[in-house]
Amino acid sequence: MSRVLEGVATPFNALGTVCLHVLEEMGALFIFFLDSVRLMFAGWGQFAKTVRQIYFIGFQSISVIALIGLFTGMVMGMQLYFALSVFGADGFLGTGVALSMVRELAPVLTAIMLTGRAGSAMTAEIGVMRISEQIDALTIMDINPMRYLVAPKMAASIISFPILTALFNLIAITGGWLTGVKLLGANAGVYWYRVEAALSWDDIYGGFLKALMFGVLVCTICCYEGYYTHTRGHAGPEGVSQSTTNAVVKSCVIILMADYILTSLLW
Amino acid sequence: MTTAPGIELKNLTVGYSGNPVVSDMNIEIPGGKLTMVVGGSGCGKSTLLKHILRLNAPIEGSIRIGGHDVFSLSGKAFRCLRQRMGVLFQDGALLGSLRLVDNVALPLREHTSLKESRIRDIVRHKLELVGLGHALDLYPNELSGGMRKRAGLARALVMDPQVLFCDEPTSGLDPVMSAELDQLLLEMMGHFDMTMVVVTHDLASMRSIADYVVVLGDGRCLFQGTVEELEKQQDPYLRRFLDRKAHERDTPRLTMPPIDRTKMKLNCTQLLDEG
Ligand SMILES: Nc1ncnc2c1ncn2[C@@H]1O[C@H](COP(=O)(O)OP(=O)(O)OP(=O)(O)O)[C@@H](O)[C@H]1O
Ligand SMILES: [Mg+2]
Repeated sequence: MSRVLEGVATPFNALGTVCLHVLEEMGALFIFFLDSVRLMFAGWGQFAKTVRQIYFIGFQSISVIALIGLFTGMVMGMQLYFALSVFGADGFLGTGVALSMVRELAPVLTAIMLTGRAGSAMTAEIGVMRISEQIDALTIMDINPMRYLVAPKMAASIISFPILTALFNLIAITGGWLTGVKLLGANAGVYWYRVEAALSWDDIYGGFLKALMFGVLVCTICCYEGYYTHTRGHAGPEGVSQSTTNAVVKSCVIILMADYILTSLLW
Repeated sequence: MTTAPGIELKNLTVGYSGNPVVSDMNIEIPGGKLTMVVGGSGCGKSTLLKHILRLNAPIEGSIRIGGHDVFSLSGKAFRCLRQRMGVLFQDGALLGSLRLVDNVALPLREHTSLKESRIRDIVRHKLELVGLGHALDLYPNELSGGMRKRAGLARALVMDPQVLFCDEPTSGLDPVMSAELDQLLLEMMGHFDMTMVVVTHDLASMRSIADYVVVLGDGRCLFQGTVEELEKQQDPYLRRFLDRKAHERDTPRLTMPPIDRTKMKLNCTQLLDEG
């Protein structure tokens, strides 16, 4: 009898272990995030480091974000024009492009692009510093590695993600105009009128909030993976590469999950 | 009379994730003296250092620096202690993203309110002490292994610590440079009142500058005392170490025949016109 019970219990046991592990990890991530936010304001020295990180995460990503925004907008303009003109509703092209960009595509695509460009670099940088004892050296010099390494990145992400998302929006809506209006011949005045009429402040705040959340999530996950790379199975360079892969995959999955949750809460 | 703190290890067992590397050490490292920690490669010298610095938690036992129990000290109090310690890691552990000057200046910029010009002077002075006055603007990856080590020493010295830990300061240095470094450590001992703990494999340097010696091996502390006492020891492990003698073997080690060159994928005998 007890055999049978054990057999029934095993999958529940395994499920419980996995759930506990996930909860533990989420708790650790949250504490990691709070710690880095607390340390963002630890002295003027943080300001210079944050500016340097904004240059790397934000400024140097402008061209990539602009390019992606342009092509996403152009494809969107084209596809929506074809679909809408079937019903003779191509006047709504501006509505379609603006809403899909501002509410969904701009925050999500910007975040995923920045995960690949900046997030992976954060993990690799911190991971390499961990395995080459540079983080130990910081600790020994009584320089809090969280303050020195992680907090400026968090501040820079919180600032850069929303701004780059705004840039993405701007360029993507222009891209939609390029294909929809200039190439396929929709009415320009109607397009811009619809863009303006469709967007309410709620949409813009919502998109902004999403970008902010994604910035926090990506930075927390990527820095955390690098910071604790030595506690994962493989140490050394292989461990860093594994942490980087983990960070990118986890970030992308979490971005899409959080996007769903935020969308259902906001609209 | 010295005011430099001594270090006291009581029933200390150190290791990683519950597996002991060195067990049950009772060691007293005297304050104001130069103590050298020696022992075979992989016997746990760096591990012991990391535990003394509170980078890892011990499996058992306690560590006291200047009478303070390192692991029960509050965060702030331990930070005070830490700011009085300088550490040279085995591979230097310089920050890869900073130039040499900035690496060495980092502790000063973070912990003092000195003017930038004064910081520059101190950094230049410390780097000149270790013979790197010409390399101020280089990045760590542009330095040789020995240069990285010396730069690490300059960084460890920059706050004028009361306790200095060095993990193999002379490995990877040429004989002249090693002797220079020994000389520098001695001069510093004379100039400042400080406790030094130096991990080394260099027996010559141990004989010439150590006040006190700790020998680790076999997963425990084999000896502690002065150099003279160490030289009188008859323990076979210690003798072999001191006399730099290889292990005796009855059976030959090289039993494997050499690789058959004709089995190489690239036919070198033909390409190099051999035979
Ligand atoms: N991070 C780690 N995790 C698990 N075991 C480790 C770790 N680092 C070192 N060890 C093990 O601990 C033992 C002692 O290593 P340690 O680096 O302290 O040696 P060492 O005495 O400094 O040697 P060397 O003179 O070559 O530097 C070794 O057997 C090593 O395999
Ligand atoms: Mg070592």
